Amino acid sequence: MEKKKMSKTTRSNLITYGLVIACYLIVQGMIAGDMMSNLMQGLLVPLCVYVILAVSLNLTVGILGELSLGHAGFMCVGAFTSAAFSKATMESIESAGLRFFLALLIGAVCAGIFGFLIGIPVLRLKGDYLAIVTLAFGEIIKNIVNVLYVGVDSNGIHFSTKDMMALGMEPGGKVIISGAMGITGTPKASTFTIGIILILVTLFIVLNLVHSRDGRAIMAIRDNRIAAESIGINVTKYKLKAFAISAGLAGVAGVLYAHNLSTLTALPKNFGYNMSIMILVFVVLGGIGNIRGSMIAAVVLTLLPELLRGLNDYRMLLYAIVLIVMMLLNWSPKAIELRERYSLKRIFGRGKKEKEA
Amino acid sequence: MALLEVNHLNISFGGLHAVDEFHVSIEKGQLYGLIGPNGAGKTTIFNLLTGVYKPDEGIIKLDGVDITGKKNIDINKAGIARTFQNIRLFSAMSVLDNVKAGLHNRNNYGTMTGILRLPKYFKVEKQMDEEAMRLLKVFDLDKEADYLASNLPYGKQRKLEIARALATNPKLLLLDEPAAGMNPNETEELMNTIRFVRDEFDMTILLIEHDMKLVSGICEELTVLNFGRVLAQGETSEVLHDPQVIKAYLGE
Repeated sequence: MEKKKMSKTTRSNLITYGLVIACYLIVQGMIAGDMMSNLMQGLLVPLCVYVILAVSLNLTVGILGELSLGHAGFMCVGAFTSAAFSKATMESIESAGLRFFLALLIGAVCAGIFGFLIGIPVLRLKGDYLAIVTLAFGEIIKNIVNVLYVGVDSNGIHFSTKDMMALGMEPGGKVIISGAMGITGTPKASTFTIGIILILVTLFIVLNLVHSRDGRAIMAIRDNRIAAESIGINVTKYKLKAFAISAGLAGVAGVLYAHNLSTLTALPKNFGYNMSIMILVFVVLGGIGNIRGSMIAAVVLTLLPELLRGLNDYRMLLYAIVLIVMMLLNWSPKAIELRERYSLKRIFGRGKKEKEA
Repeated sequence: MALLEVNHLNISFGGLHAVDEFHVSIEKGQLYGLIGPNGAGKTTIFNLLTGVYKPDEGIIKLDGVDITGKKNIDINKAGIARTFQNIRLFSAMSVLDNVKAGLHNRNNYGTMTGILRLPKYFKVEKQMDEEAMRLLKVFDLDKEADYLASNLPYGKQRKLEIARALATNPKLLLLDEPAAGMNPNETEELMNTIRFVRDEFDMTILLIEHDMKLVSGICEELTVLNFGRVLAQGETSEVLHDPQVIKAYLGE
C-alpha cells in the first residue's frame, strides 16, 4: 500500500519533468528542421518565463492557499537587480556563464528577501484583503523602480530618485539604472536551453518542497489553520517560507526575462498588475494546486494570441472567448463527469478495476 | 500531583462572564468528563487550556509546569493535544499525511534537506511513515491511508482527528464532543476506542460530551458547568445523582 503511494507521486513528478524535456526536444527538432518561424523562436524564452511564473505563483495560491496579485512585482525585483548586476560587472567578470549564474542567484535572493519582507505585514491578512494589499505592493515596487537612478563610479554605488544629475558621479562613472529609461545594454544571456533548465530547477524545488515536511505543514495551514496550530505547526513561519520561496522563484523568471531584452523598463505591461493577473489566470485555468496544469495553461495561453494572429482585429476577442470556454469545460460539473466517463485511464483500466473488485 | 491543575480560571467577552472561577484537578491516567448545557462555557475552557484564548485570571499547570497564557503551538509542545467539536481535518490531504502533519515537531529535517532530498530526508520520512501507519492501524484506518481525509465516513474522520492529536505525543488529550452526530453503534465503538487509547497510550483524557450514555459509561469523574461556573464536581455516579445537576442539566 505504502510503496504504491510513493511511486504514484514519484511517477506524477516524473511525468511533469518528462513533459518539459519532451517539449524541449520537439522544439529543438523543429528549429533544426527549419520548421519554426523567427517570431515563434522569439517567443520561446518568454514562454519559459511564464511557465516559471505560473509554477511559482501556484506555490502561493495552490499550496499555501493565499491569493496574491503582486507576483509581477517580485519578478520586477529579480529582473532589475540581476540586470543591474550584469551591467555593472560586464567588464569585471569575463565569463558570461558565471556572470549569468551570479545574476541569477542575486535576482532570486533579492526577490526572495522582498517576498519575506512584504510577507511579514501582508500574511497577517486573509483572502480578498491579502490579494488587494499584494496588488498594491506590486504596484509600489514597479513605481519605485521607475524613478530609481543608480550609478557606479570609483567611489562606489550612487542612488537617487530625482534624476541623473543628482547621482553626483565622477566623469568616468557608469549609469546603470536611469529611471523610467530603465537599464539598457544588458548582456543577452537568456536562451531557450537555459529557460528549460530553469523550469526544471523550479519544478524540482516546488515539487520536492510540496512532498516534504515543510510542504505538509504549508498545506495543513491551507486546509485548516486552527487545526494546524493545535498540532504545533508554526503558522507564520511556514506561510512566510512559502511566500518567500514563491517570490524567489518569480525572481528567477525575472532574471530570465531581463536577460532576454537589451532594454529593460518597468512598464505596466510587463511588471504591472495586468501581468500579475495574467499569471493568476494561468494558475486558475491550469488548476489551483495543479503544477503541471498551470504549466500547460501558461504555454497554451501564451501561444494562442500568436496562433490567432491571422485574424487581426478579432484576435483578442477570440482569445477571450477561448478563455471562457476553456474555463467552463475545465470546471463545470457536467464537463468533469463527461471527462471521467470517457477518460483514457478508465477505458484502459477497466479490466484491472474489475479484477480488483 | 495532578497532571492538570487549574485554579481561579476566568475570562469575559465584553459583559459576558463566560468562565467564572473554574477549577479542576485531573490525575494522570484519568478519564474525565466536562458536561453542561449549551453555552455553559465548555468549549471556551478547552480554548483556554489550549491557548486559543488567554485567560483574564487564573493558573493552568500541566505536570507541574505553568502554561497559563502560552501560545497554542507552545502548549501543544508542552503536551496538550485536542480534537474539535466541528471536525477540523486537513481535508485536501491524504489520511496518512494528516497523521504525518501531527508528527511534525517530533521528526525534524530542514527545508533544504527536503528540497535536495538528502539521505536524512528518506530516513526521517521512513520513520514518519512507519509511525503514522502504526497509529492508523490502532484506529483501523490503515486501509484508508491513501484516501483524502474528506472522503472518509464521519465516524472515521473523528477517529482520524484523534489519531492526529495523538501523533503529537501529548500528555493530556482533550476531546470536544467526540460522539456528536454519531449513531448508537458508532458511539459504542467510540467508547471502546477512547478506553483503548487510555490504556494503550497511557493517556489522560478530558472530554466534553452531551451523550449521557457515553459520559456515564466511561468517565470516572465529572465536572458539571452551568453559566460558566462549576455546578458540581466529583465521581460520575455521585455527580449524576446530584439534585442540582438534575435540575439544571438532565431534567427531572
